[in-house]
Amino acid sequence: MTPKLLDVDANTLNRRDALIKLLRVAGASAGATGLAFWLSQHSIRPQAAVENAVKHGHTVPPSPTLPEMAIIHGEDPSLLARQAVEELGGMRRFVSRGDVVLVKPNIGWDRTPEQAANTNPDVVAAIVQQCLEVGAKRVIVTDVSCNEARRCFQRSGIAEAAQRVGAEVMLPDPSRFKDVDLQGEVVREWQVFEPFLNVDKVINLPIAKHHGLTGATLGMKNWYGMLGGQRNQLHQKIHESLVDLADFVRPTLTIIDCYRVLLRNGPTGGNLEDVAVKKMLVASTDPVAVDAYVANAIWNLGVDSLPYLQLAAKRGLGTYEFEKLRTQVKTLS
Amino acid sequence: MRLPKPTRLRLYSQILFFTIFVWLLLCTEFRGSLRDSASEIRLPYPVGLFFQLDPLVALSNALAGHALYRGLLWCLLILVPTMFIGRFFCGWICPLGSIHHFFGSLKSERKRGKQLLESNRYKRWQTTKYYILAASVVAALLGTGIVGWIDPFSFLVRSLSMSVLPATNYGLQTALGLLEHSRLSFIRAVGGVLHFVSGSVLLSFKQPYFRQGIWLGLIFLFVLALNFRITRFWCRAICPLGALLGIVSRWSVLGLVKKPEHCNDCNRCLLRCQGGDDPVGGVPWHQPECHLCLNCVDECPERGLQFQFFPAQKTAGTNLQRRKVITGLAAGAALIPVMRSTPGFAAARHERLLRPPGSVDEEFFLSRCIRCGECMKVCPNNALQPASGEAGIEGLWTPVLVPRLGYCETSCVLCSQVCPTGAIWEITAKEKGWSVDVSSGIKPVRLGTAFYDRGRCLPWAMATDCIVCEEWCPTSPKAIYLRPAEVIDAAGNVKQVKQPYLDPSRCVGCGACEHACPVQDRPAVYVTSVGESRSRSNQILLNRRKA
Repeated sequence: MTPKLLDVDANTLNRRDALIKLLRVAGASAGATGLAFWLSQHSIRPQAAVENAVKHGHTVPPSPTLPEMAIIHGEDPSLLARQAVEELGGMRRFVSRGDVVLVKPNIGWDRTPEQAANTNPDVVAAIVQQCLEVGAKRVIVTDVSCNEARRCFQRSGIAEAAQRVGAEVMLPDPSRFKDVDLQGEVVREWQVFEPFLNVDKVINLPIAKHHGLTGATLGMKNWYGMLGGQRNQLHQKIHESLVDLADFVRPTLTIIDCYRVLLRNGPTGGNLEDVAVKKMLVASTDPVAVDAYVANAIWNLGVDSLPYLQLAAKRGLGTYEFEKLRTQVKTLS
Repeated sequence: MRLPKPTRLRLYSQILFFTIFVWLLLCTEFRGSLRDSASEIRLPYPVGLFFQLDPLVALSNALAGHALYRGLLWCLLILVPTMFIGRFFCGWICPLGSIHHFFGSLKSERKRGKQLLESNRYKRWQTTKYYILAASVVAALLGTGIVGWIDPFSFLVRSLSMSVLPATNYGLQTALGLLEHSRLSFIRAVGGVLHFVSGSVLLSFKQPYFRQGIWLGLIFLFVLALNFRITRFWCRAICPLGALLGIVSRWSVLGLVKKPEHCNDCNRCLLRCQGGDDPVGGVPWHQPECHLCLNCVDECPERGLQFQFFPAQKTAGTNLQRRKVITGLAAGAALIPVMRSTPGFAAARHERLLRPPGSVDEEFFLSRCIRCGECMKVCPNNALQPASGEAGIEGLWTPVLVPRLGYCETSCVLCSQVCPTGAIWEITAKEKGWSVDVSSGIKPVRLGTAFYDRGRCLPWAMATDCIVCEEWCPTSPKAIYLRPAEVIDAAGNVKQVKQPYLDPSRCVGCGACEHACPVQDRPAVYVTSVGESRSRSNQILLNRRKA
């Protein structure tokens, strides 16, 4: 556009251009205003998302004839594990073809197998192998360790042993925790390691150890190992929180490794003088009875010293009267 | 077949050594092996290689310790050839030099045409690095390792591992998280693949956090930005290693020969000169400044420049002024008395000065530690942090254990494996002695002693069960022991709780209790340095050291 000579409005836009300019700025401001109003109506107090739709319980139907608990003595940890499952009806009873199975040993501490702070690696490998033999699609072996996880997984020997027989060993990747409503009495919204949330079967594979607060740490205490977040608070209501977690998971099977037992200075140990070689494995479909039995057999602790057993029985998770269970005791030569 | 141009060869060499450097730095991390159940964990690669090749680190270590720590003998591989042929290390190997080379060759408004030529002429201020070297040598002789503040590898490793890599990790994790939580399965799959690829080499298992990271990063950026004004300002004016190599190459037998009859004063040889060593005609060549980058030879259109052995032409030396050398020496000599005449060196040592396991006593520690950050990079619990005030001004960026961030892992001795100078003396897990058979009679390495703040401790102050500290205590028998007690809660009910106590003769000061304490902000149990086994004076008990 060339300005005309002697035109007083040479410095002003013509009407058409001015209108276009006005429309442009009006449009932009209307857009900004509209967006601002829309956003102001969507203001909600920020809150972390909580997952609710998670699988609750992994039990299989009870059998009227098979033993409910198996106590096996013997020299070879992997044979013990194999026999224990066999007595309860074989792995085929617990794991179906195509199942995704999560095996939860205790891999909590930066210790070697001899120090007996983590589950015996041979027991883990034997259980993994049996799951795969009956056609499990995937077997995940994992734990949320207390000590530095990579060291725990390596030095416990569990990662290597489980991977050798074909398990998927999962380190507790900090980016894979989900906020979940566990719907317990004291444990409600909590961070849970993702693999625990969507598997078909869960096998609890703890090791029996001494513990300063409760006297012994057995099967149910192992569920602390699926949590992230500030789980160091749970000790404040240890019995209630144990029951909440056990109620949430309801494992398919619990096998307590009593091959080597840490009798003092648990749950970390370290000193071989505190380790007793008991060469025993106890398996059961009843997570309460198995804890009650081992506490009694090794530490002579009754139900009174472990109030969580009573709470768990009240919650319908099992019975602490292990004497009433159909029990198979066997010694392998 | 013809050999590539010499400048090409130099570029390949720079890329090769830079890649090795970065790879070793990324390997300075315990990544764990799921296929191995060996109970003694060590890093498989010589991650401190570049420190061991660094003659300045060796010099500082030799002056401070009157001996060379393991591996530092390798520096002869650099030192001796430099004596013969000059600073090839700066131009062909040094990873920090290569970074400067790269940034220096980017286009800059401040370096155009004439300005660029002028900026690449030799300047008197290039002698600054020699005075810095003089000061740091005297300081080392008097017993301090602060040369590490500006040793090129310390500077580079510290900046990268405390600032650049953690920030990269954070950014990448965030980006990958966005991809992996996308609503489109295709984008999720891409995110998964990228995560897998970057996870195997670059990403850390846990996000590393370092205090002062932003300052270390800004200093690094500033030093890089100087290249936009003057190419390789760091190498020309600051780097004490460059100065050392410049001095020892004084009698080198390789030199630049200028053929005046070929020169038509086009000044093109100055265009890409790295060292600012005057390859132009009419002035003497500054041999100690030259990085042997060979750009001038490459650039000269008349083939009037060439490197040859036993050149007869006269060259300029380091060009030092006696007065400034003396100033440098005096400054170095004054540094130690000034920095050490603080209460921190008398009875009032900082209570939180917790050193890594294997550390030598504080005086030796400060003389050996080159503040490189290798130990902090390798610590699997992110427990070691650069000191800000705990060790005084002199101890800036030396490692301290911060139990709230991470405790010292029972069987881990990786920091002592990577320390290039023996400030953290190499020990085995067995010598550390935190989880061994009591009958072995090994005295554990102690970092300090834990104390209870009973006003904040749950069983002591709030009638609540807890004892997570006792659960985590790694010694056996445990240093933290429990006593049952009857307490009265707010409602007036009598309750049985177990209250924790500490046995100082068993405590190793690992900080696991402090780390695990549920009182998040200021833990009810905390570790202070008293009782550390490296010190004879910083003790509480009369007879613990014998026990």
